[in-house]
Amino acid sequence: MAGFILRRLLSTIPTLLGVLTIVFVMIRVAPGDPALAILGDNASQEALDAFRERMGLNDPMWVQYLDFLRGIARGSLGESMISGTPVLTSILEVLPYTLELALGAVFFGVVIGTPLGIMAALKRNGWLDYLLRVVSLVGLSFPAFLTAILLILWLAIDWRLFPVISTPTGGIGDRLYNLFLPALSLGLIMVAYVMRTARSAMLDVLGEDYIRTARAKGAPMRRLFLHHALRNALIPIVTVIGLYFGLMIGNAVLTEIIFNRPGLGKLIVLALNQRDYSTLQGLMVFSAFLVVMVNLLTDIAYGLVDPRVKLK
Amino acid sequence: MTATVTTPPQRTPAQRLLRLARRNKLSTVGLILFGLIALAAIAAPLLSSHDPLAQNILHRLEDRSADYLLGTDVYGRDTWARILFGLRVSLLIGLISTALAMIIGSALGILAGYRGGWVDSLIMRIMDMLLAFPTLITGLFIVAVLGANFWNIVLAITVTILPKFARVARAPTIALKEREFVEAARALGYSDVRIMAVHIAPNVLGEVIVLASLWAAYAIRIEAYLSFIGLGIAPPTPTLGTMIREGFEHILDSPFVSIYPGFAVLLVVLSLNLIGDGLRDAIDPKLRD
Repeated sequence: MAGFILRRLLSTIPTLLGVLTIVFVMIRVAPGDPALAILGDNASQEALDAFRERMGLNDPMWVQYLDFLRGIARGSLGESMISGTPVLTSILEVLPYTLELALGAVFFGVVIGTPLGIMAALKRNGWLDYLLRVVSLVGLSFPAFLTAILLILWLAIDWRLFPVISTPTGGIGDRLYNLFLPALSLGLIMVAYVMRTARSAMLDVLGEDYIRTARAKGAPMRRLFLHHALRNALIPIVTVIGLYFGLMIGNAVLTEIIFNRPGLGKLIVLALNQRDYSTLQGLMVFSAFLVVMVNLLTDIAYGLVDPRVKLK
Repeated sequence: MTATVTTPPQRTPAQRLLRLARRNKLSTVGLILFGLIALAAIAAPLLSSHDPLAQNILHRLEDRSADYLLGTDVYGRDTWARILFGLRVSLLIGLISTALAMIIGSALGILAGYRGGWVDSLIMRIMDMLLAFPTLITGLFIVAVLGANFWNIVLAITVTILPKFARVARAPTIALKEREFVEAARALGYSDVRIMAVHIAPNVLGEVIVLASLWAAYAIRIEAYLSFIGLGIAPPTPTLGTMIREGFEHILDSPFVSIYPGFAVLLVVLSLNLIGDGLRDAIDPKLRD
């Protein structure tokens, strides 16, 4: 197992290096002079020169590239061009809020999606299966902002059950209360994916020989279901969560904007509005790293659950 | 011993189409829905009596009426007209970027699969790297860096979905290149380019098209997200995302200003997802049950 994890870990290095190079090149091919963009057209020549010198923009391209890589190796994503705060610090400051939101969404997605998917599989090709299929297609067509807006209108404004603006502060109770609506809104999109995966995984498992054997031996339905089928059907669900993580980070950004919640979303929008390229660069690198790491963890989890994977 | 030879009944193309539609209800519903939406977008000036850009401050944030089918926005512009014209932007950007991603991505995937070796490793490594970026954030980044205009948005969406096509086109190519007909083509001295374009590409097309309809749905959503965040085509051109963004500021008193364009996005995306989902069943019957 240790060998498998090490091999998978090493295989991420070229991907990560490539990711860094792509981000570096993209920022450099951007038209316009970052010094002018940030300091404005009225900035004096001295101010512009000083800014370029401070940001290392006068160095040859390869020196900038090496500096960039060296920074990353030391665990630094550079400093904001505007405020001078280290980008990693501002990311880590708001990351818990986004993770909290993503975890909440996964919770709703799994808790609502799994039973629905299993129900659809057990009633395969019946009216319920058909209905759930259409519902899941509608669900995964929902734009993230629309679920959020509808939930706000319905649960926060009409019913006054939840706050319109989600402020994740205070005690654990307050925090969960503020998290509920954004997490549900993000989770509803997840439900559709989980439901479809749960359905096909369940159908796969139910068709296996060992289920037939267990049934032939007279195992009660309940035991058969909980002990044999459900456990194995959960593996693909774990995978789908990993697969859609990248998608969810994007949707989380929109959800955060709508609920006016602190998190990566607000950080991104602020950096965009201020044309803070170094923060944007750090955010890109960070989110790509996050996706690569989640994929790695998914692979390892898969290897733990299904020993056959390691052999490949 | 007499063998009875049954010839399959001859069908006219129309009959065949009808048969396909009956077997594939979801796709048909999706196709009709998408057709209607596309027609409405094309015929936008005929279907709306108001100019989508005309402001009328006396009629701001009005409810639905015979004159304003879906009410008006904060500047008194007709929401119905703006949705129709906004759909044009969504469809154009969504379809052009998906088509570009499909053509370039499949070409790269076929090339990787056909050539193998270092060409394969190089192309697929780059695709893996692109896949590591969360799509929406990459889109945001590209548009933010290059500037928000039509072709930059197309570029951003193309780059984010291109690797998915490369992957899907590569796998069957590896199997196809060992087949006799490809070997025969090679024996006849056809060039690699010709073999890839004429002999392999058509056989990969099925899977690529299923993917295209699903990713077109995604592309249209990304465009809406970008303009919702403020990185869309610049106003006054109406886009669905911008309408939702502007309407959201008045969510308390007139929620419908942002809800109607939101549902427009939902309908387009749903129609494409229906098409893709049904097609996937038709091509891979294994997935049906």
